[in-house]
Parts: sequence; C-alpha cells; structure tokens
Amino acid sequence: MIEIHLILFFMIAAAIIAVEAKDLLSSVVAIGGVGIGLSMAFLILKAPDLAIMQLVVEILSLVILVRATMRHDLPFSMSGRWVFNTFSTLIFIVVFLISAYAVLKNIPQLGSGLSRTSDIYMREAVAKTGIKNVVAAITLNYRLLDTLGEVAAIFASVVGVMAIARRVVRK
Amino acid sequence: MRTQKGMSVIVKTVTKITLGFIMLYAVYISLNGHAGPGGGFAGGVIVALSFVHIMLAFGKETALKRLKSYVLRALTCAGALIFLYVAAISFKGSSNLLNIFFKKAASYRLFNSEIVLPLAEMVIVGAGLFAIFVALVLLSKPDRYDSE
Repeated sequence: MIEIHLILFFMIAAAIIAVEAKDLLSSVVAIGGVGIGLSMAFLILKAPDLAIMQLVVEILSLVILVRATMRHDLPFSMSGRWVFNTFSTLIFIVVFLISAYAVLKNIPQLGSGLSRTSDIYMREAVAKTGIKNVVAAITLNYRLLDTLGEVAAIFASVVGVMAIARRVVRK
Repeated sequence: MRTQKGMSVIVKTVTKITLGFIMLYAVYISLNGHAGPGGGFAGGVIVALSFVHIMLAFGKETALKRLKSYVLRALTCAGALIFLYVAAISFKGSSNLLNIFFKKAASYRLFNSEIVLPLAEMVIVGAGLFAIFVALVLLSKPDRYDSE
C-alpha cells in the first residue's frame, strides 16, 4: 500500500502548486497532474472502470481549460481581504479536521467490510444478469434508475450550455 | 507550409491516420462494457475527444462541416429519447430488466438492451460534450490559429 501513499502525496503537491502558481496555464497543467494521479489511484485500488472514466473526462476538461486560458491574460488578483480569507480558511481547516477524525475512525479497511447489498451483488450478479462485468451489471440492471438520472443530468447540462450560447451558435 | 487554418502538417497527417482508430476504440469500449472495463459514458467522451481533435488540428470550419450543429442537437435529443424509452419499457417488463427484444437472458446478443443502452449513452454523451465544446469555442473570440 506504499504506492497509494506516494500517489496521494503527489496529488497534494500538485494541488498546492496549482493554487500557488502565478501563471494560469501552469495551474491548469498542475490540475491535470492531480487528475492523472487520481486515475492511477483508482487503477491501484482495482477499479479500472473508474480509472478509464476519470482519465477520459480529465483529458476533455484539460483541453477545455487550456483552450480557455491559453491566450487571454485574465485578471488574477492575490491581494485584498487577506485577514478575512485567512481566518475563514483556518476555521474551515479546523472543522474539516474534526469531522474527518470523527468519520474516518469508523471506516473499515480497504477491501474489507462489504455491506450486505454489495455482497448480494458479488454473489448473484453474474448468474442473474449474464453480464460478466459486475459494474456494468449494477449500473445497467440494478441501478438503472441511477443511470437514467445521470443521463438526464448530462442532457440538462447540454441543453443549458446550448441555451446560454444560442445566439452565437446560430450566427 | 501553412496554407490553411489549423496546426502544422505533421499534426494534420497524424490526425488523419489516428482518427479512425480512436473512433473504433470508442465503439469497442462502449460495446464491450458488459465484458470488460468501460461503458457508454467513457466511449462517448472518447468520441467527443476525437471531434475535438479534428477541431484543434484542422480548425473549426472543417470539424463543423463534418458534423453540423443541428446534427449535434438532433443526436443528443435522439439519444436521450432512445435511452428513456429503453429504460422506461424495461421497468415495466419482466424481472430481468435488460431484455426487451428477447425473452431469455444472454451474455451477448445484438439488439439486446445491454447493447442499446451503452450505444444510446455513447451517442448522447459524445454529441452533447462536443456540442458544449463547440458552443464554448464559438462563444470565445477567434483564437490564435484561426486569426492568421
């Protein structure tokens, strides 16, 4: 389990670089590093479906972000109201640490402590649905309503973006 | 050698070669989602990325000539309707939600809904995400490559 710690430290370092970098393009590249680290972490934790999804979506969002920040010198201010920002950041860090200590104490080890529902899925999914990939069996059979909601959310976001950019598209 | 819009000759040639393989991989990864890792969403994003690839390499006129804006909107709406139809009709059916065209469950059959659902999801996600990219590109000012 040393690899997952290495990847987590890499992701934290990339996130700090993304916050602290003066150039916007450098920040975007560092955010891409965070996404690649997350994809590798999924791959180590034996979730290749999530790894593929995370990698592909990360590439698309990185292309859009690079395209958006490539040539515009966007206004980027680091000054002003630092007292309020520092105090609110400290308060949120304290709240997060307290709640994370209370929550993470009760989480079982990775790979153990399956719930009853996932146990049933692991035993019966292949025999009942005839699909070899249990993830696809869950998302397309047991949780079909969730998949329908996901597609509805994507469709709503597409319609929203097209409605906002409508006048320029029809030019 | 920059006679037209887009990137350099090297990028265009590599794009012409690799484009078919990228689309083939997208179709494979969304049709093979029941036997291996992948699924309709990842395949759809790969389709959108291949069209983004065309747009970045050849300029936006070539990409929009190949896939028009109203075609994008029609594909998104058609994919959503097909997905809604298959999902809703399978809630009403037998205990096995996946089979609408056949009675018995099978691991691999054409027109099974485990083929139809990832295809519809691939179409809606691919067309929708590329439509978002097109809208964002057309909304911005002409960029560096197009202004030359």
